[in-house]
Amino acid sequence: MKIIPLWLHKLSSPPAFYRFAGRLRPWLFGSALLLGAVGLYGGLVLAPPDYQQGDAYRIIFIHVPCAWMSLFGYGCMAVAALIALVWRIKLAEVIAMECAPVGAAFTFITLVTGSLWGKPMWGTWWTWDARLTSELVLLFLYFGVIGLFNAIEDRRRAARAASLLALVGIVNLPIVHYSVVWWNTLHQGSTVNLFGKSHISGAMLWPLLLMALATHLYFFASVLNRARVGLLAVEGGKDWARNLIAESANA
Amino acid sequence: MNPVRKRRLIVISLIVLAVGIAAALTVFALQQNMTYLYSPSEVEAGHAPMHARFRLGGVVKEGSIHRVPGTLTTDFVVTDRFHDMRVQYTGILPDLFREGQSVITTGLMQNGQFDASEVLAKHDETYMPKEVADAIAKAKAEHRIPAAAQGGGTR
Repeated sequence: MKIIPLWLHKLSSPPAFYRFAGRLRPWLFGSALLLGAVGLYGGLVLAPPDYQQGDAYRIIFIHVPCAWMSLFGYGCMAVAALIALVWRIKLAEVIAMECAPVGAAFTFITLVTGSLWGKPMWGTWWTWDARLTSELVLLFLYFGVIGLFNAIEDRRRAARAASLLALVGIVNLPIVHYSVVWWNTLHQGSTVNLFGKSHISGAMLWPLLLMALATHLYFFASVLNRARVGLLAVEGGKDWARNLIAESANA
Repeated sequence: MNPVRKRRLIVISLIVLAVGIAAALTVFALQQNMTYLYSPSEVEAGHAPMHARFRLGGVVKEGSIHRVPGTLTTDFVVTDRFHDMRVQYTGILPDLFREGQSVITTGLMQNGQFDASEVLAKHDETYMPKEVADAIAKAKAEHRIPAAAQGGGTR
């Protein structure tokens, strides 16, 4: 079973990854768009109104998948950061740093949609309860990683410094997830549980899961796309990158 | 794994572990000190500050909501099913405010009643169509199935 490690090893070379990500990109973006469209139609049109919140609950189909992605994106960034720090693989550094803006965007959407949802239902845009505060801290952690990465001139040093920050910030992930269990919060507990019973009717669950799948695909598509650009920035002087630019100039 | 990488892995693991322990201790400490709200029973027992703002949490008692005609003033009773507390509030109430709903109100005690400046409604994690909720309520009334099956209106 040496095939998979060998394949990964080959893929970690920048030119191989550049080609691979380029081939994968249209499929990922396409399926994300398609599933997202079906999920949104299912959520906004087909799903029945909620017994308590009526139609207002439909923002869940944006809010919850984005909230999941804000945590998932941080997890991906931390794993890439660990690989970057221990094995010093150039590709891992690039991927870790390109996860940050995408994850930050999802976190931002989560906070904004949550706020829009909170005003009519709870009666407030914002409250300093544990779930909302820890999600805001998550956004600031993303900002910290992006800021540190851009503050240091040398891109590889910058990536390693920011990777350490990304790794340290991982302690916030369980706090975000369990905040509704550990503290008495205004935010309600988890609706969809991976293990155990989910508290949502099936007609509402399938569009939610489709949206979750679509946001995952979009995340990967976006990170791969950004990583290609990031690789070109790091490897700009190398032969493969020069050849690539020459090719596209001739074409 | 070569020794250099091994050393890096150990150093990074130790850093993350140290920060993790620090965070865990903070979380543990906050859990004991962070009181987001007081229940009517706690207010009755004198645990809540008498001359400062605090949060009062509980369920809106059935049949206790009175709206003063021509104004935005509402008074209602917040209960934890042991003690009741009369609350007065002037302003726009959230959509979910209704009898039997969990609410969190912020304000101060004045003449034995709670003068709220903010009323927040809490909702649970259950989402279902109205027909399903009605069917469950009906089944509950007829066969007295345990309340846990509904997911509960309050948390």
